[in-house]
Amino acid sequence: MLTETWVVFARQMKQQIRNPVWVFFGLTQPILYLILFGPLLKNIQGAGFDGKNSWNVFVPGLLLQLAIFGAGFAGFGIIQELREGVVDRQRVTPAHRSALIMGRTLTNVVTIAVQAVLLTLVALPFGTRPALAGSIVAIIVICVLSLGLAAASYTMGLILKDEDSFAPMVQGVSLPLLLLSGVLLPMAAAPTWLRHISEVNPLTYIIDAVRKLFVGDVSSTTVVKGAIIGVALTVFLGWWATRRFQRDSA
Amino acid sequence: MCSPASHTPNQPLDQLVKFDYFRRMTSAQPMIRSRGLARTFTTKTGPVVAVKGVDFDVADGEIVGLLGPNGAGKTTTLRMLTTLLTPTSGSASVAGADLITKSREVRRRIGYVAQIGATPAPGTILGEELVTQGRLQGMSKSDATARLAQLLPSLDLSGFERRALSEMSGGQRRRFDIALGLMHNPKLVFLDEPTTGLDPQSRANLWDHIRSLREDHGVTIMLTTHYLDEADVLADRLLVMDDGAIVADDTPDALKSRVSGDVVSVSVEGDLAVAEVVAKEALEPRTSIIEGDRLVLTVDRGDTAVPTLLRALDAAGLPLRSVQVNRPTLDDVFLTLTGRSLREAPND
Repeated sequence: MLTETWVVFARQMKQQIRNPVWVFFGLTQPILYLILFGPLLKNIQGAGFDGKNSWNVFVPGLLLQLAIFGAGFAGFGIIQELREGVVDRQRVTPAHRSALIMGRTLTNVVTIAVQAVLLTLVALPFGTRPALAGSIVAIIVICVLSLGLAAASYTMGLILKDEDSFAPMVQGVSLPLLLLSGVLLPMAAAPTWLRHISEVNPLTYIIDAVRKLFVGDVSSTTVVKGAIIGVALTVFLGWWATRRFQRDSA
Repeated sequence: MCSPASHTPNQPLDQLVKFDYFRRMTSAQPMIRSRGLARTFTTKTGPVVAVKGVDFDVADGEIVGLLGPNGAGKTTTLRMLTTLLTPTSGSASVAGADLITKSREVRRRIGYVAQIGATPAPGTILGEELVTQGRLQGMSKSDATARLAQLLPSLDLSGFERRALSEMSGGQRRRFDIALGLMHNPKLVFLDEPTTGLDPQSRANLWDHIRSLREDHGVTIMLTTHYLDEADVLADRLLVMDDGAIVADDTPDALKSRVSGDVVSVSVEGDLAVAEVVAKEALEPRTSIIEGDRLVLTVDRGDTAVPTLLRALDAAGLPLRSVQVNRPTLDDVFLTLTGRSLREAPND
């Protein structure tokens, strides 16, 4: 199964590398946020911000946004592959269904990891001061989450089978999840009702953990909670995706 | 253009003889045995029965065509037999393995060539794609690479390893699709609409390649088509499908002779009415009509009727000016079986 995963991963990665423009395209949005929105936060006090630390709160939010959109739209690719016949030709081999899906999601994880590192480096001159070890762990958490989200996105692509219904679907799911997790501004600033809604969103716990990690607070319970939720979410989404991949394409 | 058909010089005759012998010996265990295989789709407007439960066998070494209009259930049947679609009910054994309980084993043993797909992504390279396919079939990298080198020349694709699929012609891409299905050297290959969308020359070329799979490698082939000429040219036996059911199962020739005889049309030097009397006496045709300057007769067998007719007309002093023998087409067959013409069948 490892060989099969590797074979699928290598195939997808080669295609990605031959068309690297997408790696940079995915980065433009968070970088625009960094340049055109980030500076506004400098003068905001409270809710987790205290002027000079604002970048350390904001950049982890951008990392999560990278994962949600980068992995969330991964399914676009499989719709095209469905049309080309690539999915069927792989499904008719004895390869494990989980390898077919994992090979693909790992490509997205690698892309997101590269983007996350680039984004963090770009954020440094603005005044971001991440803890080295902590931010590495933070990016690992982001990668784990991306794995599950990409698997779910591929599965939605297989179910919906065309871009016109896939795009609104992903947008419709990812944007509320994103806003309700406090990616742009921490939920500490939210009124009580909004905070309660955000508490049922698993991404809230993940962003809290990533923010703690980013400043080097590796051992807090927030981090442990966020990491466990991230892993659990990914395991669940991965399991669902594999099951669905196994079922009929009709 | 290379055409590796039955007359390939390097193929010894005894191989063909042995092959026929082998075929008879193994006929007890068919390559495909389908019993009541059925599939119902649930749609927004309620359940749609795509395949109503089909029974058939395919023997080792046969080329069997699944013929029918769009929407008849051909592709659904093929997708069930290739494990891509779970049957709603019924059972089947494919290449010696149970379709439902041993689907992974079935996948290991069969090759599948899907309907022509959308233009591949620009970064897809022919050689890489074939090696990937071989490796997913469980081959080692070196085995897959060796197989690639062996396969490409036989499909007229030598020198295409580094070529992007998006830069290849329709016929070349179709041969690549066939190569995908052959990487792991399966004994049974399924082809879904193999030549749809190709120009006549590419179609004829592909037919040669498909025939050589059986003739040179003993591969059993099941293909779907809605082209009558393709079914006629390639298949040993046809399963005619209509509305989710198999309405006929026979050789193309038997199907045609079952439906009606041959049509013999002649023109003579002299009186056609006299010629008709002579012809009726000599041949006892099923029907005879004078159409313009020609006498049109329907007989059981056109090939044996013509010499008899020729002698009788000569003896009567009515020398033959021209003669035409038309065999009934598969379209006539389909019309008789279903009351609809295959050519007029609506697209789905």
